[in-house]
Amino acid sequence: MTAPASLLKVEDLEVTYKGRGGRKFQAINGVSLAIRPGETVGLVGESGSGKTTIGRAVLGLAPITGGRIEFDGRDITHVSTRERRGLARDIQVVFQDPYTSLNPSMTVGDILAEPLLIQGWTRRDAYARVRDLLDRVHLPADASSRLPREFSGGQRQRVAIARAVALGPRLIICDEPVSALDLTTQARVLELLIELQESTGAAYLFVSHDLGVVRHISHRVTVLYRGDIVEQGEADQVTARPEHPYTQRLFMSAPVSDVAEQKARRRHRRQLATRGDR
Amino acid sequence: MSLITTSVTRARTRGQGATSRLLRNPLGVASAVVLVLIVLGAVAVPFLGLPDPGVADLREALQASSTEHLLGTDSSGRDVLSRLLWGARINLAGAVLALMVAVLIGLPTGLVAGYYGGWFDSVANWFTNLNMALPGIVVLLAVRAVAGPSVWISMAVFGVLLSPSVFRIVRAAVQGVRGELYVDAARVSGLGDARIIGRHVVTVVRAPVIIQSARLASIAIAIQAGLEFLGLSDASVPSWGSMLNEGFRRIFVNPSLVLWPSLGIGLTTMALILLGNAMRDALEDRGSSASVRTGRTERIDAADEGRSSLLSVRDLEVSYGIGDAKNTVVFDVSLDVAPGEVLGLVGESGSGKSQTAFSVLGLLPDGGWISRGSLRFEGMELTTLPPQQRRKLRGAGIAYVPQEPLNNLDPSYRIGYQLTEPLRMAMGMSRQAAKERALDLLARVGIPDPEATFRAYPHEISGGMAQRVLIAGAVAGKPKLLIADEPTTALDVTVQAEVLDLLRDLRTESGMGVLLVTHNFGVVADICDRVAVMQSGRIVETGGVQDILECPSHVYTRTLLDSMLDDSGDVRVYTGPTEGEAS
Repeated sequence: MTAPASLLKVEDLEVTYKGRGGRKFQAINGVSLAIRPGETVGLVGESGSGKTTIGRAVLGLAPITGGRIEFDGRDITHVSTRERRGLARDIQVVFQDPYTSLNPSMTVGDILAEPLLIQGWTRRDAYARVRDLLDRVHLPADASSRLPREFSGGQRQRVAIARAVALGPRLIICDEPVSALDLTTQARVLELLIELQESTGAAYLFVSHDLGVVRHISHRVTVLYRGDIVEQGEADQVTARPEHPYTQRLFMSAPVSDVAEQKARRRHRRQLATRGDR
Repeated sequence: MSLITTSVTRARTRGQGATSRLLRNPLGVASAVVLVLIVLGAVAVPFLGLPDPGVADLREALQASSTEHLLGTDSSGRDVLSRLLWGARINLAGAVLALMVAVLIGLPTGLVAGYYGGWFDSVANWFTNLNMALPGIVVLLAVRAVAGPSVWISMAVFGVLLSPSVFRIVRAAVQGVRGELYVDAARVSGLGDARIIGRHVVTVVRAPVIIQSARLASIAIAIQAGLEFLGLSDASVPSWGSMLNEGFRRIFVNPSLVLWPSLGIGLTTMALILLGNAMRDALEDRGSSASVRTGRTERIDAADEGRSSLLSVRDLEVSYGIGDAKNTVVFDVSLDVAPGEVLGLVGESGSGKSQTAFSVLGLLPDGGWISRGSLRFEGMELTTLPPQQRRKLRGAGIAYVPQEPLNNLDPSYRIGYQLTEPLRMAMGMSRQAAKERALDLLARVGIPDPEATFRAYPHEISGGMAQRVLIAGAVAGKPKLLIADEPTTALDVTVQAEVLDLLRDLRTESGMGVLLVTHNFGVVADICDRVAVMQSGRIVETGGVQDILECPSHVYTRTLLDSMLDDSGDVRVYTGPTEGEAS
């Protein structure tokens, strides 16, 4: 079996934000990664690591100052607003916060129909598709006429996921999609994402700070630290047997729900810290 | 925090539309009725068969009320009621014109300036500032001198003068919404800027603009009447201001000539302002007074045995509102924290864990109250303690570490000031002693350069550092009990580990008890001695940490533990692109 070509290819990506008074802040210093069709690549890092910025750069929401982004063989590093609209069919997003990612004054049906209508669907087709979408994310059909505030965080995230898959994209940027959710909800939303991936064949760029979550959904994992990749590899290896000292520290810092095991980890982590890996 | 937000919003949004909220406000309804009557009168006046307002008949001058002239006549023998209603037409139309001009200028410029920023924003702001610096009355007098006494021209110019207040309110609202994720999501969906502004931004601007419009209309009416009163408008057109002018000249002959136009102006402006306030309350959803009223705690007789000497909670019930609006969120919670013990209070959002913690602190949000139960701290009953003593207890006896460290530091004061202020106020330390103690504490919580952090503002430090600062502040008063509400949830895992280490060390050193609210069983395994699991406002299981984590007896605890994703489970295997509808 030959390895399928990459769907998304990011090469030497650099992102620099301009601050007040001309001060510049480089959030990404030359990052390269690739995602194959139908694959999930987990992007792990702590705050300030640039993991969210990479996702936003692919979406055209962050200022790219170097490198290139290729989608399906086509250069999308700097595309016009109109081309971006065409890309909306292929690249979609699920944001972290389900409370601010849905317009509070629009009904769920209108929120889901909006991207379809933009792409020139008729109202009838669009709203028929909305019913189908609600069903696929396991929300009741009457959700369509209700406002986002009537739903819990997990249900809102399902709406956001439905909006992302509405156009049948080939790549979905998942920006910490379960971080704001409760434990049990988190597990169910992850199951939904996996289920949708298996039925639609969409690839995910899955951004998270939680190694456990990333391990659960990813095929491959990339670890970022302050705008640089420190480790990249198969999910099992990176999340259970990390090689880079930073990833090891990350691994040892995540507490586990087993008192004896946690005690051992704590000891290990303190040893790492005294060795001065920072 | 999560639960408080959810329950408060739930209480507020329960079946309440903005219109029905407005209808339940008596002042709002009264002012709306007054306005509608005035507008109806103004609209219907040509069909009422009233005498011509402009026809003077000196034989009938200054007559009292009669069947022919309901409100009498003025000094030229013109019918007062007719002039009053025709005047209302002019004044209302003038106000509407001014308002339309103000909104037509302010709304689009505010939208564009707020959404795009950049050079347009700078230019628009410059013009706005210039406009606001102009003396309005002088401009209006100049316009009158140049363009003649037309009420329409002066009100249109006045509309331009009013436009900055619309511009500013729109610009601020748009700037607030521009950073929202749903605007980003719309952009990713392929919406153009015009559609995004039309669909997602204008809806946010609507409410403040409507509210502001009511205020601006009342100002416009007052200014227009003022101009007319000064005789700067066309005297042949009946208007409230000119009637007032005329009435003042005859005030000793017939005082009612002043009364009617004054009533017209006063009632209209007052109704507009009150309606504006009522709409603000309805649209911006200030909670009604019923939902913030609290009642009395129902005492219970709890046996003394088995109660901890440090913190002991029995049958705690927390409710929001009273009477029919009462919504109970915590039921029959009993727990104990012994000195030197860490009790983990675990649950999902909405489980009541934060509410329980806030009850112990005596800091329930507005409308929240302890409707039943007993809270004892070192043998002292807290539910009957007067607020002032309660306040003293916080800081000295019971300390608090919040979830969002940066939200809990005042951005406008240096960290040093925020740390020393309570030491000086609550413990009566001198400035120098407080500073030394604060520096000590900052060093103790593992801040590398205490002097620099002491001088820094909150925005200059990271979240982890801010949490250390708050912990330093919390333990400054040597508390016996520390209440930590998700103290590490907002932090990175590496920082979380360090903060937990710190809490563990502080506990060992000082022997304080800790009530730790968390949703993370990893944190529980790391630091807690005992655990209480909460679901929908009740404790479903309490026990030693090992027992609960290894053999939970309640089904809910098991579900929670099973939902934990850690580094042992299976991973997915990539098998090449799957066939799907997308490919």
